[in-house]
Amino acid sequence: MLDTLRIAVRTTLLTLLVTGLLYPLGMTLLAQLFFPSRAHGSLVTDGKGRVVGSGLIGQRFRSPNYFQPRPSAAGDLGYDAAASSGSNLGPSSHKLRARVEAELKRVRKDNPQASSAIPVDLVTASASGLDPHLSVSAALWQVSRVATARGVATERVRTVILDHVEGRELGVIGEPRVNVLLLNLAMDRQFGQPTGVTN
Amino acid sequence: MSSLLYDLTQILLFCLVILGLTRPLGIYLFRVFESERKPLPRLFGPIERAVFRLCGVDPQREHTWQQYTLALLVFSGFGVLITYALQRLQHLLPLNPQHLGPVAPDLAWNTAVSFTTNTNWQSYSGETTMSYLTQMAGLTWHNFTSAAAGIGVALALARGLTRRPGFIGPRTLGNFWVDVLRSILYVLLPISMIGTLLLVSQGVIQNLSSYRQIITLEGTKQILAMGPVASQEVIKLLGTNGGGFFNANSAHPFENPTALTNLISMVLIFAIPAALTYTYGRMAAAQKQGWVLFGAMAFLFLAGISVLWAAESHGNPALSGLGIDESAGNLEGKEVRFGVVGSSLFATVTTDASCGAVNAMHDSFTPLGGLVPMVNIQLGEVIFGGVGAGLYGMLIFALLAVFIAGLMVGRTPEYLGKKIEAKEMTLSMLYVLIFPLLILGLSAWAAVVPAGLSSLGNAGPHGLSEILYAFTSAAGNNGSAFAGLSANTPFWNVTLGVAMLAGRFLMMVPVLAIAGSMLNKKVVHPGPGTFPTGTLLFCGLLIGVILILGALTFFPALSLGPIVEHFVVKHGRLF
Repeated sequence: MLDTLRIAVRTTLLTLLVTGLLYPLGMTLLAQLFFPSRAHGSLVTDGKGRVVGSGLIGQRFRSPNYFQPRPSAAGDLGYDAAASSGSNLGPSSHKLRARVEAELKRVRKDNPQASSAIPVDLVTASASGLDPHLSVSAALWQVSRVATARGVATERVRTVILDHVEGRELGVIGEPRVNVLLLNLAMDRQFGQPTGVTN
Repeated sequence: MSSLLYDLTQILLFCLVILGLTRPLGIYLFRVFESERKPLPRLFGPIERAVFRLCGVDPQREHTWQQYTLALLVFSGFGVLITYALQRLQHLLPLNPQHLGPVAPDLAWNTAVSFTTNTNWQSYSGETTMSYLTQMAGLTWHNFTSAAAGIGVALALARGLTRRPGFIGPRTLGNFWVDVLRSILYVLLPISMIGTLLLVSQGVIQNLSSYRQIITLEGTKQILAMGPVASQEVIKLLGTNGGGFFNANSAHPFENPTALTNLISMVLIFAIPAALTYTYGRMAAAQKQGWVLFGAMAFLFLAGISVLWAAESHGNPALSGLGIDESAGNLEGKEVRFGVVGSSLFATVTTDASCGAVNAMHDSFTPLGGLVPMVNIQLGEVIFGGVGAGLYGMLIFALLAVFIAGLMVGRTPEYLGKKIEAKEMTLSMLYVLIFPLLILGLSAWAAVVPAGLSSLGNAGPHGLSEILYAFTSAAGNNGSAFAGLSANTPFWNVTLGVAMLAGRFLMMVPVLAIAGSMLNKKVVHPGPGTFPTGTLLFCGLLIGVILILGALTFFPALSLGPIVEHFVVKHGRLF
C-alpha cells in the first residue's frame, strides 16, 4: 500500500510536469516558430494594414453594402468570439420557429429583389455562433441587395463571389463555401469602402 | 457529382482510413505493451528506463487484479484532488491573462471528476471559466492519464483472457504503472506532438496571449478568445476525452477550422479503439478474434451513421412551409464548412467512441438525428468505444454472447478455451446493470424534482431527451450533451459527477475482477461442443446481444423522448 502510494505520487508529478506543462508549453514554442500567424489566430488586415478580424472567425455585418452572415447565438448580439455557443433550440421548439420567422421577415425586407426560396443557412444559427462561412447559394442570394447598395452591376458582384468560393478540401471533403469577411474585404478592394461605415 | 455522392464518398473515405490504420497501429500497440521487441529502442529505451526509475516502478513486477485495481483507484484519486485544487486556486496561479476567478466548488468537483473519468462533460464554458494553467495542467494532463488508464484496464482484461497458466507461481495481469507510462510515452505523447503541429498548420491556434480585441470591418469591437488550443485539441480526440477548449468544442473555428481538420479529428478519435481490436487478436494469437470485435463495431457504426445522416439531410419538418430552401438539410446548430455529412459523421464517431467532442449541437438535431447519438452511448460505448473502455466493454459483451450461446446448446460456455462460470457471469451482469440503473434512475429523479427541471432549455418531449442525454453521457463517460440543459447548478453538477464516477469505476472494478478470475483458468482444447468465437456467426450473435440488451433497457424511455417528438413534430406540434 505504501509502495503504491509512493509510486502514485511520483507518477502523478512526473506525468503532470510532462503532459500538463512541458508538452503544451513546448508545443506553443514550436507552433510560434513554424506557424506564427496561424498560431495566433490567422488575423487578416484591410487595405490599410489594419487588423480587422480573424480569417477563421465570423463577425457581424449589418450594412447593406456587405454580405451578411448567418444568425449567431454567441453572446447577446451574436458573433461574440469570447462566448462561442449554438442556440441549442430543439427541433420542436416554439422559440426556434419564432426566431426563424423573425429572421425571415428581416432578410426578406432587406432583400426585396431576391425572390427565390431562402437558403437554410441564412436563417439558422451555427453550432459555434462564429461560423465564418455562408453556402455559395446564401451569398449569391444577397447579390442584388449588395449591388444596389454599392451602385454597381449585379454581374460584377457575382464575379467577386465566384472568385471567392472555397472548394471541397482534397476535392471531396467538406462543403463549397464563401468566407464572409474575406468576401467583404474583397468587395471593398474592388469597389471601395462604403461611406457611412465607421472605422 | 451530386451532393449525395460527395456525402457517401466522405463516409467511405473515413472508413477506409480507419480500416487502413487498424492493423499497423494495432501491431505497434502490441509491440509496445506485449512484446520484448519494443519499437524504436534507441529513442524510447533510455527515456523509458529513466521514467521507470523516476517513478520508482519495477517493470518486472506485475500486479494481481487487486493490486492493479488499487493502483488505478489511487492514481485516479490523486487526479481528482489536483484538478480540483488547480481550479479553486487558479486566480492565485500563473498563466491566467484574463484574470479569471476561482471556479465554484460544485463546478470544480464536477470538472475534476469529469476529466479523471475520461468523460469530459463540461458544465462550464472554457473561454470564460478556465485559466490557461487549468486548461493545461488540470485538463490536458487528464486527457493523457485517463486515456492511459483506460488502455491499461483493457490490456489487463485482454491478458486475463489470453494468458495461459504456466508452471511458475500465481499469474498476473501486468503492471498498471508500466501500462500507463508506456501508453503515454510510446503512443499518446508522440502522436499528440505531431498532431499538434499538423493542426496548427491548418489554423488551430496555439498561444498564451491574452484575448485579442479587434475592430471589425464594420467598426464594432470583437474580442477573440485565445489560448494553447492545439496541444489540448489533439489529445482530447486521440484519448477519446472530448473536453473542448472553448464552449463550442470542435465546432469552434479555432479548434476545428476546416473539413480536413474535421477528418483528422475523427480519425484521431477512432484510431486507438479500432487498433486495440487488432492488438487483442495478436494477444489471443488468433487474429480472427480481434476482427470479430472490429466487425461488430463497424456494423453498428454504419447503422448509426446511416440513420443520423438520413435524418439530418431532410431538414427540420417544423420549419417547412416558410419558404426556406432546406435542400442543405437541417443546419440549425451546424457549421457550413462541415455541412450535414461532416456533422453527422462526427456526431456518430464521437458518441460511438466515448469521446464527446462535438462539431454540431446535438440538441438541435432532428428527433431521430438526436436519437442516434443517445443510443450509441446507451449501447455501452462499445462501438469502438473509448480508448481501452471500448475494448473491455466489447469483451464483456462477448462473454455474455458466449454464455447465451452456451445456454442454447446446453454446454459449458468457453471463451478462448477458458470456461465461463457463475462468478464471471455475476460480475458481467453487474457491469451491464449498473449502467442503465444510473441512467434511468437518475433521469427519473431529475424529471420530477424542480432542481432538475428548472435547468431545461427545451420543453415537451425534447426536455426529457435533454435529461436522458445528460445522464446517458455522464454514465457512459462520453461527455457530449444536449447542451440546452443549463447543467452548471449544484443539483446537476453533483448528480452528474456521481454518475460519471460510478459509470467509470463501478464498471472498471468488475472488469478487473473478471480479468483476475479468468487468468488462472485452465485452457481446454476446443471440442465438438465448443462454440467458435472467431466466426461471422458469432459476430452476428454479438451484435444481437448488444442490440437486444440496449433496446430492451432503454426503449421505453426513448419512446417518451425523441421517438414521440419525431411523430408530433411531423404533425406540426411545437412546444
